[in-house]
Amino acid sequence: MFKIKKKRVLTVAVAMLLVVSVILTGCSSNQPAAPAKVMKTSFNAGAEPKTLDPAVSTGVPETHIETALFEGLTRIGEGEKVMPGIAESWTQSADGMVITFKLRDAKWSNGDAITADDFKYSWLRALAPETASEYSYQLYYIKGAEDYNAKKGTADAVGIKVVDPKTLEVTLAAPTPYFIALTAFHTLYPVNKKVVEANKDWSLKAETFVSSGPFKMQEWKHNDQVVVVKNENYWDAKSVKLSEVTFKLIEDNKAALTAFESGQLDALEHIPIEDIERLKAAKILKIAPYIGTSYYRFNVTKKPFNDVKVRKALTLAINRQMLIDKVVKGGQLPAYAFTPPGMVDVEAGKDFRKVGGDYIKEDVAAAKALLAEAGYPDGKNWPADVTILYNTKSDNKLLAEAIQNMWKTNLGIDIQLHNEEWAVYLENQKKLNYNISRAAWIGDYADAMTFMDMFVTGGGNNQTGWSNAEYDKQIKDVANKSGDQKVRIPAMHAAEKVLMDEMPIMPIYFYTLPWVIKDNVKGVFYSSLGPIDYKFATVE
Amino acid sequence: MKLAQNLFEPAISQISAEHINRPSTTLLQDAWRRFKQNKLAMAGLITLASLILFAFFGPRFIQYNYYTNDLMNQYLQPSWIHPFGTDALGRDTMARLMYGGRVSLAIGFVSVLINLSIGVFYGGISGYFGGRIDNLMMRIIDIIYSIPELLYVILLMVVMGSSGSLLNIMIVLGIVNWMGMARIVRGQILVLREQEYVLAARTLGASSSRLMLKHLIPNALGPIIITSALAIPMAIFMEAFLSFIGVGIQPPFASWGSLAAEGRLNIPSYPYALFFPAAAIAITMLAFNFVGDGLRDAFDPKMRK
Amino acid sequence: MAKYLLQRIASALLVIFLVISLTFVLMHSIPGGPFSREKQVPPAVLKNLEERYHMNDPLSKQYIDYMKNVAQFNLGPTFRYEGRTVNDLIKDGLPKTATIGFLATIFALGGGLLLGSIAALKHNKTPDGVATFIATIGVSVPSFVMATFLQYYLGYKLGLFPPVGWNNGALKNLVLPSIALGAYPIAQITRLMRTSMLDVLSQDYIRTARSKGLPGYVIIGRHAMRNALLPVITYLGPFFAYILTGNFVVEYVFNIPGIGQFFVTSITNRDYSTIMGMTVLFCSLLVVFNLLVDIAYTFIDPRIKLTGQKGA
Repeated sequence: MFKIKKKRVLTVAVAMLLVVSVILTGCSSNQPAAPAKVMKTSFNAGAEPKTLDPAVSTGVPETHIETALFEGLTRIGEGEKVMPGIAESWTQSADGMVITFKLRDAKWSNGDAITADDFKYSWLRALAPETASEYSYQLYYIKGAEDYNAKKGTADAVGIKVVDPKTLEVTLAAPTPYFIALTAFHTLYPVNKKVVEANKDWSLKAETFVSSGPFKMQEWKHNDQVVVVKNENYWDAKSVKLSEVTFKLIEDNKAALTAFESGQLDALEHIPIEDIERLKAAKILKIAPYIGTSYYRFNVTKKPFNDVKVRKALTLAINRQMLIDKVVKGGQLPAYAFTPPGMVDVEAGKDFRKVGGDYIKEDVAAAKALLAEAGYPDGKNWPADVTILYNTKSDNKLLAEAIQNMWKTNLGIDIQLHNEEWAVYLENQKKLNYNISRAAWIGDYADAMTFMDMFVTGGGNNQTGWSNAEYDKQIKDVANKSGDQKVRIPAMHAAEKVLMDEMPIMPIYFYTLPWVIKDNVKGVFYSSLGPIDYKFATVE
Repeated sequence: MKLAQNLFEPAISQISAEHINRPSTTLLQDAWRRFKQNKLAMAGLITLASLILFAFFGPRFIQYNYYTNDLMNQYLQPSWIHPFGTDALGRDTMARLMYGGRVSLAIGFVSVLINLSIGVFYGGISGYFGGRIDNLMMRIIDIIYSIPELLYVILLMVVMGSSGSLLNIMIVLGIVNWMGMARIVRGQILVLREQEYVLAARTLGASSSRLMLKHLIPNALGPIIITSALAIPMAIFMEAFLSFIGVGIQPPFASWGSLAAEGRLNIPSYPYALFFPAAAIAITMLAFNFVGDGLRDAFDPKMRK
Repeated sequence: MAKYLLQRIASALLVIFLVISLTFVLMHSIPGGPFSREKQVPPAVLKNLEERYHMNDPLSKQYIDYMKNVAQFNLGPTFRYEGRTVNDLIKDGLPKTATIGFLATIFALGGGLLLGSIAALKHNKTPDGVATFIATIGVSVPSFVMATFLQYYLGYKLGLFPPVGWNNGALKNLVLPSIALGAYPIAQITRLMRTSMLDVLSQDYIRTARSKGLPGYVIIGRHAMRNALLPVITYLGPFFAYILTGNFVVEYVFNIPGIGQFFVTSITNRDYSTIMGMTVLFCSLLVVFNLLVDIAYTFIDPRIKLTGQKGA
C-alpha cells in the first residue's frame, strides 16, 4: 500500500515540477553557438581554497589551481621529469651545496619582468616568521632558513643570493639532490615583489592577482568556482591551447560526480568508492599513479603492541589484495613495504620500491604462531579494549570494518572500532591515545626521504612511540648528511628494513588516484605528487 | 409531640446523590477505548509492534549476523537467500536492518523519554508561573538554542568519553532536544491558565500543583503527545545526522540512520542499499504518526462524547 | 510597548553575551586546535602561527580582546581562509543562505498552512488523507536522504533542474534545495495546523458562526485562522533554527556557497573565530526572531500578555 501511494504522489510531484521547469527553462535565454576555436574546460578542485597565495597555501585544491596559475624555477612534466620553468638552466657545485639558477626572459601576468630578486623576496617572505607559513619548512634545505624562520637568525644570513637580475644562487644547508625538483613545489613559487609590497591583500581578488604561470586569474567566487584564463604574458604561451579553465569548488565528491554525469563538470578526482565499479564497467574510469601509502599505526608504548610479535602477527594476517579488489577498488597496489613506487633509486630509471623489494609476506599460519608465542594462542587472553582509531569517512570505515573482520576470522581476536571527528582523531593520534590508528602519507617530492624521515625518534609525524637507534643513524647521520645517491639511498633501504622488522606500522596499500574526464579533453597531465596540470591540454 | 431525629435527615444521603452509577473509568481506560475505534491508529500500533518484533526477535530466525563479512558476495541484489541484498562488505542487509532497528528504536524511545521529562517539567513551570520566572526560563532556552548544536553534541560526546556509544547518543539527544517540548508546553499552559475554568478552579482554592496536574497538563496532553510522537522520529533523524557527520553509532553496529547514510552514498550504483533502510524509517514514521494522531484523539477531553 | 521593547533588547544583549562566553569556553575545551594537521607542523612554525593569530595570549586576554571587537561588530579574521574576515564570510554567504531559507519558508509555511487547513476542514475525508500523507513523507525521510533523492532523480535522472550548484542564484538552481530544506518543516506545519485547526473548529464560537450561515472561507479566514495559528507560531522559533542549521545538509549536497556549511566546517576545522562568529550571528538572528514571534503572539491572541503580570 505504501509503495503504491508513494508512486502516485511521486507522479503528481513530478508532473508539478515538470510544469515549473518548463516555465523556468522557457525564461532562460538560448545560448548563441560559441565560435569553435575557444577551448574551455572545467575540473572539480574540491573545497574552497584556504588561500591562493602560494607561500602560505597547504591543501590539495590549492595545488591544482596554483599549478595552473604559477610556475616556479622548474615545472614537473610528463613522467615526473623536472623541466626548466622560469629558470632556463642551472648548475650545481661539485659538493652539491651551491646551485645557480639562470632565469629566462619571463614576464608576470601584468607584464613586469620576473627577476631573481622576485625569487629571493618570495622565499624570504615564505620564511618570515610574521608570514607564519605552515609549509615554510619546505625551504629549510637552504642555509640559514630554519634559523630565520624560528627567529634564531636573520634574513641576511639565509643562503639566497641575487647575482644579477637573471641569476639566482642558492646555498644549501646540506646536500639535497631533490632540491631542484622542490622548486616546482608551491611554497617555492615566486610572487611579484612590486605587487605584493604595494598591496598585501593582492591574492584575495582576481583583479589584483598577479601570477607567473600559463594561466591568470579571471574570477574567484568563494565556495563556488575559480576561473582562470590564458596568460598571454607567459613565456611559453604558444604551448597553451586552452583559453579558460574553471575550477569548481564542490566539496562533496558525490555531488561532484553527479555534476560530472549530468554534464556540469568536465573532470573530477576522488571518485567515491561505491561508484568505482559502475564507472569502470562504463569504461570512463581512469587511474593515475599517486605517491602515497595507506597504513595503520601501532601504539608501541601500550600493551599488546609493545610486543613486536603481536605487531607482526596482525600485519601478516590480512589479505591486502582482497581489500583492494573488494573494498577500496581503485586498482591500488598491495603494500608489502612502506615507501611507495615512484621514488628514484641510485641508478637512473630504477625504482626505489623495486630495488628494495617486499618485506612482508602474508601468512596466516605464521601469524597465528607469532600470536601464540606472544601469549595469545587463538586469541585467548586478548585484551577486550583494543580499538582501531580512524577519522570519520566512509572509506576509512569500510576498510576498518573489513580488517577488523579479517583479524577476527584469521586470528580469533576481537578489536573494537572507534571513529572520531578529524581534529579529535589527530589529537588522539598525536598524544598516543590509541591502540591502532588509521593513517596515510602522501609524498611531497619523488625521493624516499619524504617517507623515510617520518619515523625518526621524536619526529613530529612518528606518532607511534617507536624509537630505534639504527634507524635514526641511517636517516639522520648517513642519508641526510650526504648528497651522494650511492650513500643516501642504500642507507634509506637499510632504514626501511629496520622499520619493517620492527613494524611499528602496518602498510596496507599504495595509493592510486581514480578520476574521470570527458573524452574530448586531451593532454591533461596528472602528477603522481597530486596536482593536475592543464598547461598542454586541449579540447576537441 | 415527639419527633424522631431521623425524620430530619435527607431522604437520600448527599454522598449517594453524588454517586455515579456507571462504572468509573480511568483516563487510560477511556483513552484506550477510543483509541481502539481508530483504524489508522490501530494499524500504526500493529505496525510498530511488528517492527519491534522484527528488530528484537527477527535475528533468531535468520542465519546471518550483522558483522560477518563476505567480501566475495558484496552488493548482491535482493534474492531468496538475502531478501534485502547485501552491503559493501557482503553483510546481509536484513540482519543489519534488524540490529539497526534495535538501535534506532531504543534511541528514539529513550531519548524522547528524557526529553519529555525535562521538557514538560520545565515548560510547565515556566508557563504556569509566567512573568519574571517565565521570562528568565525562556531566556535560558534562548541561550541553549543559540549555541550551535553540533558544537554542543561533539563536546558532549567528547566529555562523555568514547563517542558513539549507544547510551551516550541517547543521553545527548535527550538533553539536546528538550527545548522544543518545553516551549510547546509553556505555550499551551500560557493560553490555558487564562481560561475561565482555571480561574474557577483557582477561585475554589485549588493549589498550584493540583491546577497543574489536574487542569493544565491534561489539557495540554494533545500537543505533548503529538510532540513526543514526532520527537521519536526526530531523535532517529538526529542520530542519522550524527552518522552523516560521523559521530553516530560505532561500526560494525548500525542504526537505520547510519544504514541510510551509507545508502545515500550508494544511490547511483546500488539504489536498493538506500531503499531498505529508508523504507524502514518511513514505515516507522508513518506508524508513529498514526499512533500519535490516534492518541491525540483518544486523550483529548474535548473529544469526549 | 516601548518599555517592553527596551527591556527585551537589554535582555537580548545579555543573552548574546552569555552565549558568546559559553561558546568560548566550550570551544576551547574540545580537543584539537586550528593548526591540527595530518602532516605535523614543526614547532617553530606552530609558534609563528600562534603568534600571528594571538593564540599564545592567555585565554582571558583572548576573551577580552574578542569581546571588544564584537562590540564594534568586528568578528575577526578566520583561521581557515587567509586574509578574509568572518564578516567577509557572512557578507558572502548570508544572502545565499537567506535566499534558500526564504524560498523554503514560503514553501513550508504557505504549503503547510494550506494543507493543514484543508486537512482539518475535510477531516477524515480524502483531502485529509492526501495532506497527511504529504506531511508524513516530509517527516519520514531524513533530510540528507531527501536532498540526495531530489538531486539524483529530479536533477540528474529526469534532468528537470540542475542537480548541483548556485549558478549566481538562478531560480532553477534553487528549486531543489528549497524543497529539500522545506520538506521537513512543511510536514511539521501541516500537522500542527491540522491539529490546532481541528481544535478551533470544535469551539463554540465557530459553531455560532456556522449557525449564522457564514460561508466556509469566512469562518476559516476571519474566525478560525487567527486562533489556529498560535501553535504554528510557537513552532516558528525552532523552524527558523532548523532553516539555519538544516541548511548545512542542503548546502553540502547541492554545493550552495552559503553560511550553513560553516556551522559544521568551522567546528571540524577548529576555526575559532568563525565558530564564534557563527554563534554571534545565529544567536542574534534567533533573539530577534523570537522577539518577533512573541510580538506576533499578542497581535493574534490579545489574551496573552507580554509583560506577564499574573492574573491572580
